[in-house]
Amino acid sequence: MEFFQGFLNMSGASFAQHMVNGVSLGSLYALIAIGYTMVYGILLMINFAHGDIVMMACYFAYFGITIFHVPWYFTFIGVIVATALLGAIIERMAYRPLRDAPKNSVLISAIGASFLLENLANYLFSGRPMSFPDIPLFSQNIAIGSIKIQAISMVIPVVTIISLLVLLHIVNHTKTGMAMRAVSKDYEIARVMGINIDNVISMTFIIGSALAAIGAIMWGIRYPGITPYLGVMPGLKCFIAAVIGGIGNIKGAVLGGFILGLGEILIVAFFPDLSGYRDAFAFIVLIIILFYRPTGILGERTTEKV
Amino acid sequence: MKNILKTKAMTMQFGGVTAVNALEIEINEHEIVALIGPNGAGKTTAFNMITGVYTPTNGAVIYTDAEGQECNITGMKPSEIAKIGIARTFQNIRLFKDLSVYENVIIAKHLHLKSDFMSATLHMPWYNKEQAKAEEEVEELLKKVDLWDMREEKASSLPYGKQRRLEIVRALATEPRLLLLDEPAAGMNPKETDELTVFIKQIRQEYNLTVFMIEHHMELVMEISDRIYVLDFGETIAKGSTEEIQNNKRVIEAYLGVDEDA
Amino acid sequence: MKNKRDLILSAILLIVLFGASWFANSELDSYIRRIVNLCLIYAIIGLSMNVTNGFAGQFSLGQAGFMAIGAYTVGIFTVPVELRANVFYAVPMNPFIADIQMPVWLALIVGGLLAALVAFLIGTPVLRLRGDYLAIATLGFSEIIRICITNASSFTNGALGIKDIPPLNDVRYIFVVTAITFVFIAALINSSYGRAFKAIREDEIAAEAMGINLYKHKCLAFMISAFFAGIGGGLYGTLLGTVDPKNFLFTLTYNFLLIIVLGGMGSITGSMLGAIIVTAGLEYLRIFDEPLKLFGTMIPLFRPGFRMVMFSALLMACVLFWRHGIMGTREITWSKLIAFCKNPIGFFKRKGAAQ
Repeated sequence: MEFFQGFLNMSGASFAQHMVNGVSLGSLYALIAIGYTMVYGILLMINFAHGDIVMMACYFAYFGITIFHVPWYFTFIGVIVATALLGAIIERMAYRPLRDAPKNSVLISAIGASFLLENLANYLFSGRPMSFPDIPLFSQNIAIGSIKIQAISMVIPVVTIISLLVLLHIVNHTKTGMAMRAVSKDYEIARVMGINIDNVISMTFIIGSALAAIGAIMWGIRYPGITPYLGVMPGLKCFIAAVIGGIGNIKGAVLGGFILGLGEILIVAFFPDLSGYRDAFAFIVLIIILFYRPTGILGERTTEKV
Repeated sequence: MKNILKTKAMTMQFGGVTAVNALEIEINEHEIVALIGPNGAGKTTAFNMITGVYTPTNGAVIYTDAEGQECNITGMKPSEIAKIGIARTFQNIRLFKDLSVYENVIIAKHLHLKSDFMSATLHMPWYNKEQAKAEEEVEELLKKVDLWDMREEKASSLPYGKQRRLEIVRALATEPRLLLLDEPAAGMNPKETDELTVFIKQIRQEYNLTVFMIEHHMELVMEISDRIYVLDFGETIAKGSTEEIQNNKRVIEAYLGVDEDA
Repeated sequence: MKNKRDLILSAILLIVLFGASWFANSELDSYIRRIVNLCLIYAIIGLSMNVTNGFAGQFSLGQAGFMAIGAYTVGIFTVPVELRANVFYAVPMNPFIADIQMPVWLALIVGGLLAALVAFLIGTPVLRLRGDYLAIATLGFSEIIRICITNASSFTNGALGIKDIPPLNDVRYIFVVTAITFVFIAALINSSYGRAFKAIREDEIAAEAMGINLYKHKCLAFMISAFFAGIGGGLYGTLLGTVDPKNFLFTLTYNFLLIIVLGGMGSITGSMLGAIIVTAGLEYLRIFDEPLKLFGTMIPLFRPGFRMVMFSALLMACVLFWRHGIMGTREITWSKLIAFCKNPIGFFKRKGAAQ
């Protein structure tokens, strides 16, 4: 019965607090998951390095504000640009040369790229945890009724929604977006129709990385400890989020992100004894989904042609 | 004639598209039956349903074994179906490219292996005995098709015609009663096609086989088939002997189109 | 005829190498002995990974988790009973196992079997997945294993780890285990089952059509891989003397990925070569972690962490430019060695036969 104590005794205020945290975390996961799902939709590969891009974005922000004393609003823009660039560079150097190689090779390359980024960060910035710059505007606590939340927790969902709306506009109402959708539907036909595949793919990585950078910045404000390995767990979980929602489907990635974010927070809130297993939650959901609905919640059923 | 395979209203739907509609096929022992039709008619899909790659959305596949027992093999796994005696080749040749000719064929003997993996790894006497027998059979097969001398070569380094032959031999190694050939003559010149014709007749005789084949080379089809089924857009538009099919108006239309001015 | 000759030659080689390990054990200093031991252990685990990834074509990233199971089994059961209270000072050891002490060889085998069991449980849902999904799923499970170990304090001492593990430095002992591993896996690969694995790697659909039950064989490969990874992990535990959940982060698996990519995915001799290069590299590249003086000037490039950067760069370079690694899917066989000795130059002009 002790196990359920947390569940039974939770007050309304606590619950609201947990919901806010869950929505925040879910938003962050959603932003990062989109990068995975977009790349997978087009290239059918898992960009293992995506989580590490989030980590690099945090370090960029740290350098911009704490070391070079650039005001945060400029730094953040710089971070988004730098991260998008980094994503495009990784695609160019690690994935493009292997486009015609067997599937395993590009997978190993992605792992290698991830490993390299982590080791580079460790080497360049040392493994000592650093502190994401504190921006009082966002870290101040705001009281609403009986709950206290950080300002950033209110900013996160808003920024996320805006980012998503911009993204959906790009995907659905611009030429670039149409090209992206065409390539993800049928690679060969798109190429034959004259679409410049290389540009479309670069664009995908740029957009995905930019979103990841936005997520990374908000992540850093919310969870200020930066280490070279900060992207590992979130990266894994966000890929799982993309799978849960339906890999290749942007709305699915968002849905998956929220399911995981909320789920993770609420499970630990209701069952504090399980908090050590917090990270395992995502993997368990993954197994369940892969068993019962492998194409994900919003995914389409496809059969392989023999 | 004893039946070996029959399909009952076998249907395959992909989303809104019906690739194969209520196909009813009967194949009897030792026959060579051909399945023909324009591209996209659903022939390979039918093969895939019979061999378990796809599960029919409707209908059934019934196989009669050597003892005359009927088994419903609808939706069984391809590996199970191979075990009961149905083997196949593929439209686009699916050899084990990086493995040698010899390995390609001896792998097809694995399904009959009774020894477990420990006995195999430790090369226990009973495993060695099984293997020796399998190796003999593989040697015989390879020699029969003139591939024994190239047995150490990589399968992908073989010329195209020999690759097709290797694939058939690999399927034979599983000791099937029913052999499904998917466009065995595809890409072959007339001389190779003639050799293949002789070969198929030969193996039917020697290995007591029944052959069900998809083909576009009409000379081959007319030369060796006992019966023919014709598919178009998933529907059976004709079935019968070679003469009946050659003179069937619908078949001619399906292949050559309807003459607008006629 | 050829097989008998090969067997005799291999037996002689093993005896010679055993003699070498005896020599190494008594004559070399402990630092080098440690490297040799580590190299042998890495070879075992690298080869175990090659069974799934290289031979069966199943991209598994779970080695660290299976190593952890083996390492912790050894850790839990070989620490002398008297010392355990001292190790498990925060949360007392679970009474069921507190008094069970095993000799190392038994703990190794139990560890391997446990790892194989976990592989079986994981394999059931996970082996139906395609390439990249399988990679993520096995990675995830490797982490789940580590998380469970971190939380099961009464069994594993949680985040504190287990220390005072009786050391096993005998090169001969580790050599024998390595030799058994290599011989077993070589025999497996050269059997009908090994060929079935390769068929699955080459073309799953064709393999199934030839009567090979995909799930059963993938699971078999997975379990064998886990078994030897567990044994390797157990030896790793005795080498380190302590085990800690942090030792078994999934990034550890990347070392073995490098070994098999470098050595050749699908080559047994390649795994050994890869292990030698990676272990030696990890050790001797340490100099790059310290500031270096070149031509009298301090090069600021070299400081802690550079070694691993070089390593990951090596992995990238390998997969981009040298996908097949040193051996690809080929092996060093006696026939080839003899041909080489007879005609060293002509050897390389021969057309390569399939392997």
